[in-house]
Amino acid sequence: MIKYPSILPLKIESLNYEAGGKQLIKNISCEFNQGKRYLLLGPNGAGKTLLLRLCHGLLKPKSGKVMWSLDKDVKPKHHQAMVTQRPVMLRRSAYANIDYALSVRGVDKAQRPDMINAVIQRTGLTRVAHKLATVLSLGEQQRLAIARAWVLKPQVLFMDEPTASLDPPATHSIEELIHEISAEGTTVIMTCHDLGQAKRLATDVLFMFRGRIKEMSSADAFFTGPQNDLAQAFLDGQLIWWKRRPDKDDVQI
Amino acid sequence: MINRFVFRALSLASVLVLGGYGSTLYADETKSEITLASTTSTQNSGLFDYLLPLFKEQTGIEVHVVAVGTGAALKLARNGDADVLMVHHKTSEETFVSEGYGVERFDVMYNDFVLVGPDNDPSGVKETETIVDALGEIKAKQAIFLSRGDDSGTNKRELELWKANGDNPKTASGSWYRETGSGMGATLNTAVAMQGYTLSDRATWISYKNKQNMEILFEGDERLFNQYGVIVVNPEKFPHVKEEAAKIFVNWLLSEEGQSTIASYKVSGQQLFIPDAK
Amino acid sequence: MNDLWQAFFKAISLVVTLDDKLLEIVFLSLRLSLSAVGIALLIALPFGAVLALTKFPGRRILIVIINVFMGLPPVVVGLFVYLLLSRSGPFGVFGLLFTPSAMIIAQVILVVPIVTAITRQVLEELHHEYDELLRSLDVPWYRKVTALVWDARFSLSTAALAGFGRAISEVGAVMIVGGNIDHLTRVMTTAIALEARKGDLVMALALGLVLLAVALGINLFAYSITETVKRRHQ
Repeated sequence: MIKYPSILPLKIESLNYEAGGKQLIKNISCEFNQGKRYLLLGPNGAGKTLLLRLCHGLLKPKSGKVMWSLDKDVKPKHHQAMVTQRPVMLRRSAYANIDYALSVRGVDKAQRPDMINAVIQRTGLTRVAHKLATVLSLGEQQRLAIARAWVLKPQVLFMDEPTASLDPPATHSIEELIHEISAEGTTVIMTCHDLGQAKRLATDVLFMFRGRIKEMSSADAFFTGPQNDLAQAFLDGQLIWWKRRPDKDDVQI
Repeated sequence: MINRFVFRALSLASVLVLGGYGSTLYADETKSEITLASTTSTQNSGLFDYLLPLFKEQTGIEVHVVAVGTGAALKLARNGDADVLMVHHKTSEETFVSEGYGVERFDVMYNDFVLVGPDNDPSGVKETETIVDALGEIKAKQAIFLSRGDDSGTNKRELELWKANGDNPKTASGSWYRETGSGMGATLNTAVAMQGYTLSDRATWISYKNKQNMEILFEGDERLFNQYGVIVVNPEKFPHVKEEAAKIFVNWLLSEEGQSTIASYKVSGQQLFIPDAK
Repeated sequence: MNDLWQAFFKAISLVVTLDDKLLEIVFLSLRLSLSAVGIALLIALPFGAVLALTKFPGRRILIVIINVFMGLPPVVVGLFVYLLLSRSGPFGVFGLLFTPSAMIIAQVILVVPIVTAITRQVLEELHHEYDELLRSLDVPWYRKVTALVWDARFSLSTAALAGFGRAISEVGAVMIVGGNIDHLTRVMTTAIALEARKGDLVMALALGLVLLAVALGINLFAYSITETVKRRHQ
């Protein structure tokens, strides 16, 4: 399925990020391997979205490294895609949104229509393909964002709470798409708040808390018996918010 | 697609258009076109619309009239922005020539100034003997008087007439004495609206169409005589001046034919200018 | 009221009879203002894009200055251009004073600040909206600019129309640098001023109505183009 040399595994080494004088990502190191579906879990403010954006290169770390498995002919950025919580729609038709992504990647004009039509069909957007993207429903916009990412056949797809503002049927259709994309060999790294969704999608879980990764394990292991107390509390629904205590880095539950 | 095409076409067209003007400017420097700086009174009266087509027919020379006040016209010519000057303030014109900006000044025609105002004549200027007395009455009654206030020939004359009485109406500026800072027509419009007096040249007054209840209340004083002069701008000062064509135009104005054409121009049956070239 | 009706009928009769003189000044007005807007777009679109999409020292000051220039009185622009183009001025040798070119130059100076300011505003907002996606797709800068300009084309056409409105309705500047010369530099606005000076208020108002109709026509034309393009997506 993937023609290029793999840019995976992705290695994160002692990653730190700071904004407004606050350290928001604290010395994170981890590794992401091909073909998996990683779920980043944790309460609000844990740094899930930041980590995603740092990995995708939208933010620059204060220190530490984001290392793709490099090959001299491959630009890692061109083999990743990102879908955000609030989809950014170009003010064009749904079709033209997808077409733009392909044209930026330098895909030949003659090849594009088939690729676009295929992905439109698979994401169920046929009916609205020629409508202006900005007037679509939120669910349709999110599917279009996924189609626009998917059509590039990325090796890694980052998704930041892709279903956060969607209703259950829309959420369900997005989850199905994620499974399909994953089945083609794309590695998925996503954040979410919904434990049910995490259980349905994850092969691996990263549990984050206050800028650190507290636990990284397979989904099975995580959901049956997490090693970390905070993770357990999170699963039990007890870790709902946290309070900053100036003298202590960790927090009592 | 349509928009992209329109944008491109528009920008291309604009470049072509501007370029086009540029090239025609150098087409025939010597003869075909001259710029005449003149006064609003001659333009507003319609005289040039009558004279210039005839002149062009005979000589092929196109005269571009820039009509401003006498003061502004002199300034334009001093900057070298005109080939010929036709204004009505003899002393300014003579200074212009003596300072080397003009070649020679010729009398070309005259008409006269008239004092116009509302027909009920609140200051009773109709009863006065001289224009100086008439203005004195206006001042005494503090009736509204509209002054051009724009350094035009008419404005200069008006101020000279006030001065003959030893008056300086500018001290009352803003109360009964009001300076419009505009051309003759605009000042007449204001006078009509304010029901005030104003000094106008006869040609502009006759051809003016918004008179309403205004009429000539005083005329005929020799101090109201309004002489127009014509001057070719000095080519020694400004080498780009189209001397040849400018001279043809001036000579035509002063010729028997030009003079009789001026005399034959009438609005509502009244002759507006009296030719007086020597 | 009577004068208003007269002006209205006069305007209609001028248009219906295709008065030669009227057509001449209408076409000159359109030619000048469209040229001015076209040239202004060539300057203002890139300028506005640079202001919107790049950061450099003095950028904020420049934005404030441009906003101030939007309110520049046309007469001041007229005098400025007059002094530049006068035979005694720095560009006097070109002999452009009292020509249509001089009027275009004055109108360009009047239009550029408006179009630049709107372009900057529109592109900055759209860039803010698109930034994350464009960076995620790793779009090269020149393709970023073309995408932003293309997707903002309807808002930018409003900028162009605003500029056109300023150009065609302006009288102070073109009167000074054009000289209101019959058959050469007389446009709708200076003709209106002239008729008003002659006290022919009905004619002046009638010409004003024709000007209004012309501006309306241009705007309807632009509007119908954008609507047609937009409707294809709905």
